[in-house]
Amino acid sequence: MSIFRNPVDLQQFRSRVQAELAGRRSREARILVGMGTCGIAAGASEVADALRAELSARQVQATVAGVGCIGMCVREPLVDILLPGRPRVTYANVKPGMAGQIVAEHLVNGQVIAKSTLAQMSEDGLPPESGIPTYQQLPFYEKQVRIAMRNCGMIDPEAIEEYIAADGYLGLAKALSMQPDEVIEEMKDSGLRGRGGAGFLTGVKWEFCRRARGNPKYVICNADEGDPGAFMDRSVLEGDPHCLLEGMAIAAYAIGAQEGYIYCRAEYPLAITRLEKAIAQAHGLGLLGADILGSGFSFELHVKEGAGAFVCGEETALIASIEGRRGEPRPRPPFPAVSGLWNCPSNVNNVKSYGMTPQIVLHGADWFSGIGTEKSTGTAVFALTGNIKNTGLIEVPMGITLREIIYDVGGGIPKKKQFKAVQTGGPLGGCLPESALDTPVDFDSLTEAGATMGSGGMIVVDQDTCMVEFARYFLTFASAESCGKCVPCRIGGQRLLEALTRIAAGQGRMEDLAEIEYISQNMKEASICALGQLTPGPVMASLRFFRQEYEAHIREQFCPSGVCQGLFSLEINAVECPGCGLCLKACPEDAIHGEKKQPHIIDQLKCIQCGACYDVCNLGAIHPVHKTETHPAGTEAAVVSERE
Amino acid sequence: MAVPAMDLAPLDRILEDFKDQKGAVIPILQRAQEAFGYLPREALLAISKGTGISASRLYGVATFYAQFRLTRRGRHLVKVCDGTACHVRGAAKIVEGIEEALNVKPGGSDPDFKYSMEIVYCLGSCGLAPIAVVDDKVYGQTESAALIEQLQKLE
Repeated sequence: MSIFRNPVDLQQFRSRVQAELAGRRSREARILVGMGTCGIAAGASEVADALRAELSARQVQATVAGVGCIGMCVREPLVDILLPGRPRVTYANVKPGMAGQIVAEHLVNGQVIAKSTLAQMSEDGLPPESGIPTYQQLPFYEKQVRIAMRNCGMIDPEAIEEYIAADGYLGLAKALSMQPDEVIEEMKDSGLRGRGGAGFLTGVKWEFCRRARGNPKYVICNADEGDPGAFMDRSVLEGDPHCLLEGMAIAAYAIGAQEGYIYCRAEYPLAITRLEKAIAQAHGLGLLGADILGSGFSFELHVKEGAGAFVCGEETALIASIEGRRGEPRPRPPFPAVSGLWNCPSNVNNVKSYGMTPQIVLHGADWFSGIGTEKSTGTAVFALTGNIKNTGLIEVPMGITLREIIYDVGGGIPKKKQFKAVQTGGPLGGCLPESALDTPVDFDSLTEAGATMGSGGMIVVDQDTCMVEFARYFLTFASAESCGKCVPCRIGGQRLLEALTRIAAGQGRMEDLAEIEYISQNMKEASICALGQLTPGPVMASLRFFRQEYEAHIREQFCPSGVCQGLFSLEINAVECPGCGLCLKACPEDAIHGEKKQPHIIDQLKCIQCGACYDVCNLGAIHPVHKTETHPAGTEAAVVSERE
Repeated sequence: MAVPAMDLAPLDRILEDFKDQKGAVIPILQRAQEAFGYLPREALLAISKGTGISASRLYGVATFYAQFRLTRRGRHLVKVCDGTACHVRGAAKIVEGIEEALNVKPGGSDPDFKYSMEIVYCLGSCGLAPIAVVDDKVYGQTESAALIEQLQKLE
């Protein structure tokens, strides 16, 4: 293939590839296997190998290809079968052992194995398969609108022609036909706010950088997705790397940069490989490099691998890291738009912000601002995890409520447990209780409710999660990741962690709560960067909404969720226990006894509170209660246990 | 036990590759670690000499980022994720199990340098929590006993 010299070359190439792909669709049988990191971890490679082996053993003509992740992680490995003239059908939780049946029944006989399928994709002109829901009928997908993830799981991320066939690089071609200022205006009108979490208007950021004096200028993509429990950016990088390249090229054209860096965390090796491959392909077609599409605009892009430091998600630390220094943030201003990489004006955006850009330019600001709410336009991508049925990756219009996300898209809480809290914004965000579930999901409403939008982690926890321990967990993470440069963050985080550790061990004092609030306030106001300012977020939110749990730990030495060791006993409720014997079998200490079909009893002297019985009991008949041992006389705990 | 003198030859190639690149400290250290398994003092001094970057600055960078190690590691690296989703789904039990069965503590190696274990925060496969990565193979929805069995099978 030669390079595109002008937009017409691109259009012609697109038409040709579209025709080829349509032809292939109508002639060839194809098998697509979800090959994101999640899919591979679930065994997708073995499944793909087994399918290939079956095809050659039975001499069936079909190609097997890898695609990105459609977001339904809990059902991985996912395998799509595309037969000529038939809609695309997805099989879920495919094991290598199922390969033979799928090839024999579906590919050879044309019989869909309905019970193993997840859904089918409606396609124009193709009669639907009977007995299988369409993707749009699945509650998980029904409320989703996909912009950043539109191609994830749909195209082969390692084939630029598939991206181009799906209107790829048309946004760049359109941008290059406009004046840079017009592109910036379009972005401002779209209302796109930074998807890294801060929610600053992307177009305004670009304008600052364009107006800044200094040369050269740089565009930088923050792909240092470090929040535990978040993998939105990884999925876009792995599933549709070209949308990021195109978005960055548009941004570079708008602000007047000729060079860009993608700073990707080293923990995402597959993402890095695919990015490098994508860059090489784009170069090969002249969509990166000199004089792109004959416009005179040139753009080079490099991938920089991180080395494991959460704080590098902060833009000034990220820039220091690209420069090869310790990733320590510095005070702003000056903002990177004025003085960034090598002291030159630099524009830093998140993966999803760049990823949405080509669509915004192509379809116009009005199209984008028509989705979502007035002040938070477009869609939000969340990694939905924790105690929820449909763990996975979702993209929903802004303004949807937390309740809709958790109960409709997420399918609710598994094992008949009770919802307790939802954490947004990761370790620097906050949690919200049941009463806040009708909060619309947008930048301002979430902040007002006491959490943050963050970059897209959404962790749901049920009744078995202790909010003290949950906050302590986030603090352990955030304080370990403090770079140590500024005192409030370095010392404050440690002191908070000590206080929480005391409380979780049943040695807390009521004064600790006041101290937590005092330290938190100081960290929020005096830390240099967002890491220090937001580290107290989770503990502040949980203290605000779940204060009674903190007080139970302190006043009663009781962990109501049955998590903190030594702060509870387990008891079987005789009315609820049918005597099924599951707990008896699970107990490693032989501490449970009872006749079959009679209520069982836990021997408190033998019980080590490991929770094995609690985990296996399907009926919720086992409950954490105040410790039943005798406490030293005169202590508050002794009084409490007396009272009972 | 006699310690053989370190062969620093792999560094020549690495320094050559990054000769003209601005801000290449991190990739140089990454490649060096790949070559040696960790960053030995001798290698850091040689990189300093080759690049003209002071050894103290290199040491500063090497100790800042979690990826770099200054001590020797076992032949197999077990990374257990204790990110939020994995934590909620029982990562601690996996760590305990490995500690007991293989005599290796988080951040350390066993006496024979067969295994090293690290606790990491989030590998981005939360949908399959809890996750462990052995060398470069990812194990999803890990169970302690099954994982230990896999580990014991390794050479």
